Amino acid sequence: MQEQTRYAIQVTDLTVAYREKPVLWDVDMEVPEANLMAIVGPNGAGKTTLLKSILGLMQPAAGQVLIYGKPYQQQRRLVGYVPQRGSVDWDFPTTVLDVVMMGRYGSLGWLKRPGKSERMKAEEALHKVGMGEYANRQISQLSGGQQQRVFLARALVQDAQVYFMDEPFQGVDAVTERAIVTLLQELRSAGKTVVVVHHDLQTVPEYFDWVMLLNVRRIACGPVEKVFTEENLRKAYGGRIGFLRSDQNHHLENMPVEGVAAVETSPTGGTLPAGNR
Amino acid sequence: MTQADIDIQLVAMVTAVACALPGVFLVLRRMAMMSDAISHTVLLGIVLGFFLVGDLNSPLLIVGAAAMGVLTVSLVALLERTRLVKEDAAIGLVFPALFSLAVILISRYAGDVHLDTDAVLTGEIALAPFNRLYIYGYDLGPTGVYLMGVILLLNLLFIVLFYKELKLTTFDAGLAAALGFAPSILHYSLMSLVSITVVGAFDIVGSVLVVALMIAPPATAYLLTDRLPRMIGLSALVGVISAIMGYWIAIAMDASIAGSMAAVAGVLFVLVFLFSPERGMLAIARRRAEQRWLFAQTMLTIHLLNHEGTPEAEQEAQVVHLQEFLRWQPDFAARVVRKAVERQWVIRHNGHLELTASGREHASAAMLQS
Repeated sequence: MQEQTRYAIQVTDLTVAYREKPVLWDVDMEVPEANLMAIVGPNGAGKTTLLKSILGLMQPAAGQVLIYGKPYQQQRRLVGYVPQRGSVDWDFPTTVLDVVMMGRYGSLGWLKRPGKSERMKAEEALHKVGMGEYANRQISQLSGGQQQRVFLARALVQDAQVYFMDEPFQGVDAVTERAIVTLLQELRSAGKTVVVVHHDLQTVPEYFDWVMLLNVRRIACGPVEKVFTEENLRKAYGGRIGFLRSDQNHHLENMPVEGVAAVETSPTGGTLPAGNR
Repeated sequence: MTQADIDIQLVAMVTAVACALPGVFLVLRRMAMMSDAISHTVLLGIVLGFFLVGDLNSPLLIVGAAAMGVLTVSLVALLERTRLVKEDAAIGLVFPALFSLAVILISRYAGDVHLDTDAVLTGEIALAPFNRLYIYGYDLGPTGVYLMGVILLLNLLFIVLFYKELKLTTFDAGLAAALGFAPSILHYSLMSLVSITVVGAFDIVGSVLVVALMIAPPATAYLLTDRLPRMIGLSALVGVISAIMGYWIAIAMDASIAGSMAAVAGVLFVLVFLFSPERGMLAIARRRAEQRWLFAQTMLTIHLLNHEGTPEAEQEAQVVHLQEFLRWQPDFAARVVRKAVERQWVIRHNGHLELTASGREHASAAMLQS
């Protein structure tokens, strides 16, 4: 199989533990080039942890991460990262354009300063996400959707081959969500691979080609039409998958995950705005 | 102005700017209290360095102090990582431990050494003109200016060279790490510089007031601008103003110079906190009030729009009815109507209110937005 398919990302036997408690258990993940992939799973399933360990922001206990066949440390330039919007201080004294230019810092390396070409790339990316007029705004004046667009623009100027995005749809309006999806599709057409931590199970088949169901261990990973099945969802989320059908509650993610069995017996309706690790 | 006046102000200014520069990043990294911790624990570094070389003027003392500053930050981080102690408590545990060790060592083994409590608290800037640098018999001015000048240059060089890296790691450490910039190296370099600055300023303004010079000017500048380079420049400026005004107030009152410098820095902060054109308390209060009136006017236009053309329109559009239906106090309703009329969203027409074209537009736009 490996001879025919070019994998952008290959993760093998990735185990991450907090002390003795495994957060990720022996996870494998292969993503073929030019695919949009969603990582879904209940709260505490280790989605963000998976992203962070792939990017070397957390030390895994075991396992290997290859980006186009080489370890991440050698392939930094090929990788773009969009952290959770809430992970930074939006009151930081800087402008929208400046934040977007930060995406170029990796290519610049130490000591070198961003110049005209960085500025132009940043402006171009801002136009692309529909934020061209906001270049000189202070970042604290942005709405949630605008913040997300700025983060996307910053990832675009990284000019990467592989993108990792942590909940880019979190708390954005419908217009922004549409805009982000269009952008992701453009990236795919350009041969890029995008991995997205995603919440909304309803939109998985519409937005993504590839999906990984995660709950500490890998439940399934593959093309959406093959692995995004009720059975797999039940395995990932526990027994209460029935309400997938009702349009009311797509945020399955808000259920407690002490383990699958606990979820099945849990009486919680699950509307707590749970934080994500 | 006598030579002593000039000397003291020069030392004070250089010290204030040297402190304000790293202070900017402490404030932005929410580590202001770490400067308080470091300003105390460096004493242990100085004491240990003194035991090692037996000379209070040895540059090795500064190295010891810097190492102790880094140790303080690491110990706090270590304690925090156990998740048994929160960061503020970790700071509160680590720094008295190291500081008390220093105090015990001084009282037990170095009672005759000049390290008294007054100096620790407020420094001895008044003595700065007497410590002079002589080269080949030429008087080159107070040593304090040179010591703090070197530290100031070091801080400036660090910020200028690693401006981009400091900005990125401060704003988004996650991305910085993913891009291959080592946030922890920058972090500990910054902390070393803070420690060195604190040790240098220790003699001059004391270990408590040095915190004021590190934190108050950047906190003030933060309220005045939303650009990082300007924040750095303004911090330095606030530091300089505190130094000069503090000096003259101290002379006029015959009071502690370091004390009045810190006090001026505090007063400047309060003034900016209240009166800053964008982010001051008064500006915020005024904006809120404006928003409240605008919201009420919007409500009025939407109310009128919703009832336009309906049978009860005539009734609903009477000013008295606003009090009843929108539950507005009579005074409030009258003011809202007056403001809406001024804005030409509404016109009065025989005791009725009617929407103008622009009022109608505003109401529809407001409803669409939500």
